[in-house]
Amino acid sequence: MEQVEKKPGANPKNRREKLEFRGKGLAGTGCAGSGSKSRLNPQDPEAGAGVNLGVRLGDLTLPNPVMPASGTFGFGEEYAPFIDLNRLGALVVKTITLEPTPGNPPPRLMETPGGLLNSIGLQNPGLEVFLREKLPYLRRFTPPLIVNIAGRTVEEYGELAARLGAAEGIAALEVNISCPNVREGGIVFGTVPEMAARVTAAVKGQTRLPVIVKLTPNVTDITVVARAVEDAGADALSLINTLQGMAIDLETRRPALANIVGGLSGPAVKPVALYAVWRVARAVKIPVIGMGGIVTARDALEFLLAGARAVAVGTAGLVNPGAIIEVIDGIKTYLQEQGLQDVNELVGALQI
Amino acid sequence: MQKLEAEVVASIRIGPDICLLRLKAPAIAATARPGQFVHLRCGEGLDPLLRRPLSIHDSGDGELTLFYQVKGRGTAWLSRQHPGSKVDLLGPLGRGFTLVSGRRLALVAGGLGMAPLFFLARRARELGNKVDFFYGARDRQGLHRLEALEGLGIRLFIATDDGSAGFRGPVTALWEKQLKANSYDRAYACGPRPALAAFASLAAAAAVTAEVSLEERMACGFGACRGCVTALRDSRGEKYYENVCTGGPVFDAAAVCWEG
Ligand SMILES: Cc1cc2nc3c(=O)[nH]c(=O)nc-3n(C[C@H](O)[C@H](O)[C@H](O)COP(=O)(O)OP(=O)(O)OC[C@H]3O[C@@H](n4cnc5c(N)ncnc54)[C@H](O)[C@@H]3O)c2cc1C
Ligand SMILES: Cc1cc2nc3c(=O)[nH]c(=O)nc-3n(C[C@H](O)[C@H](O)[C@H](O)COP(=O)(O)O)c2cc1C
Ligand code: FES
Repeated sequence: MEQVEKKPGANPKNRREKLEFRGKGLAGTGCAGSGSKSRLNPQDPEAGAGVNLGVRLGDLTLPNPVMPASGTFGFGEEYAPFIDLNRLGALVVKTITLEPTPGNPPPRLMETPGGLLNSIGLQNPGLEVFLREKLPYLRRFTPPLIVNIAGRTVEEYGELAARLGAAEGIAALEVNISCPNVREGGIVFGTVPEMAARVTAAVKGQTRLPVIVKLTPNVTDITVVARAVEDAGADALSLINTLQGMAIDLETRRPALANIVGGLSGPAVKPVALYAVWRVARAVKIPVIGMGGIVTARDALEFLLAGARAVAVGTAGLVNPGAIIEVIDGIKTYLQEQGLQDVNELVGALQI
Repeated sequence: MQKLEAEVVASIRIGPDICLLRLKAPAIAATARPGQFVHLRCGEGLDPLLRRPLSIHDSGDGELTLFYQVKGRGTAWLSRQHPGSKVDLLGPLGRGFTLVSGRRLALVAGGLGMAPLFFLARRARELGNKVDFFYGARDRQGLHRLEALEGLGIRLFIATDDGSAGFRGPVTALWEKQLKANSYDRAYACGPRPALAAFASLAAAAAVTAEVSLEERMACGFGACRGCVTALRDSRGEKYYENVCTGGPVFDAAAVCWEG
């Protein structure tokens, strides 16, 4: 889980994030991803072959059930040199905050056995820059665009929802509640069912876009928060966000991350994520997007069996930018091998 | 920038824990610029999970050469790869050094920081620059590739902390002495952060345009995760975080926030 809040003593004036001059021409490297391509293109392995990969998350229809996980996909353009963005089930961007967020001091990363610990601190250029400079690029692609948002107060969530709801080209909002409420002593919104419900209601009250609430696993009983959020009007849930953890450097006897605490992701968290998805999917009626440690199509299929209607690939994409495409292709191959016509047949099909 | 499987042409140990790795990667070698790096999978399974960033030490004839220290599990795995085996890599990544021609250049390498400066020295010579190469290490055993360096047609200045070869003391002190006698148009450095900070302040005092290559832990290497940032100052002196993988690893020395 990422902290919006800075370490005590850090300069609060750093609230602005300068715009990165990212290597020129990521979009212009000629390959996949630029320009829009019809989903019916016969070369698209998703089309034809009699297998349906499409899924519905309430009013949101996805061409296939596999999307990137927020924060591991930048603003899409970073992956364009490697993959065809039009093949994804959805595009999911890094958490956007109202104002630019500078993020936590480095080091922000630490590798752990089969895992990644991060303390990025929600670094993002803020809503204005997103609308002006990132959204026009993202609109060029056919998959639905899901914008992930975070606020420091309930009102900020509402304002983000209102302003993004009024923008063109956004299919849904994903609400990151794994961040602290500055009005309530920094308690993480997603750890208190009532606070999570208030955020959900505030967002729902400001937009007609489908609202996906992203749950933190750093709670005693994730189903309690899931139900509270469902009752407050969420259209879908996504889980899990990262698990809080730390790493220590024995040589220097210091924490490996400058922020001390970070969020754990990657293969190491998969069993925890799978269990959380299974429990939540049984506790609520709204669709669930499962994530946490998915690397292969097999991993993704396990999440579907556990009850996820769709899945997200995060850390695996950082290591292999083509991982998400391999997952989509692998799901399709599995369906064909199993003689199944529709991916929806697998959702919640776990035999107990 | 692309992802490919490169064949190992040669893997040579040139010191107790130092390796040279030659990879066949024509697509990357064709566009690689000094200061850029590649990001390598160092293992087959899920652990170690992340790629390892290594500078391009030399490039030409469809090959990349990497110069690295065996440090932990990833580089140990890499050192066990034999000719013919394949290595999964992304590259070329990052912004390299600014290339100029017909100038007087100082290249200052601390320890493993020699890795990217070797490639820079070669290109700089090809572009008709005069190159003074300052190379420092803890001791004589920490100096590598001296003959190859001399073969590039540069002036080589050596420093060791214990005086076992060349000047006794930090390489930045050796550079400082030459800085007074020569007027360099540009200076470039790579090495441990304290040495780079000293380099940057000497360059600033002498009004020499200077670039440094920085290191940070990385996950993606292509700008998607924001994990590899370093603090910079903009023209108004305001601090901000920039990705080392895409905004760097080479930065204007005057823009780096050395205090962190
Ligand atoms: C842009 C760039 C270029 C580099 N070029 C070279 C080079 O040419 N030659 C060379 O010997 N080394 C170079 N390094 C350092 C090299 O990446 C590390 O030594 C290597 O990642 C260590 O991996 P390991 O598994 O052997 O060690 P471990 O200590 O087991 O690695 C654990 C984790 O920490 C990371 N890590 C450890 N040390 C460093 C470091 N110094 N910088 C960044 N991440 C680190 C690893 O990538 C890994 O994620 C470079 C680093 C960067 C950022
Ligand atoms: C580097 C990094 C940055 C992340 N940033 C965000 C973020 O901005 N917002 C968010 O909701 N989740 C963020 N996450 C969490 C992921 O979206 C995902 O929930 C989590 O990593 C588990 O999936 P994985 O194991 O496939 O990575 C981030 C994860 C990583 C590794
Ligand atoms: S390593 Fe991911 S942004 Fe630099």
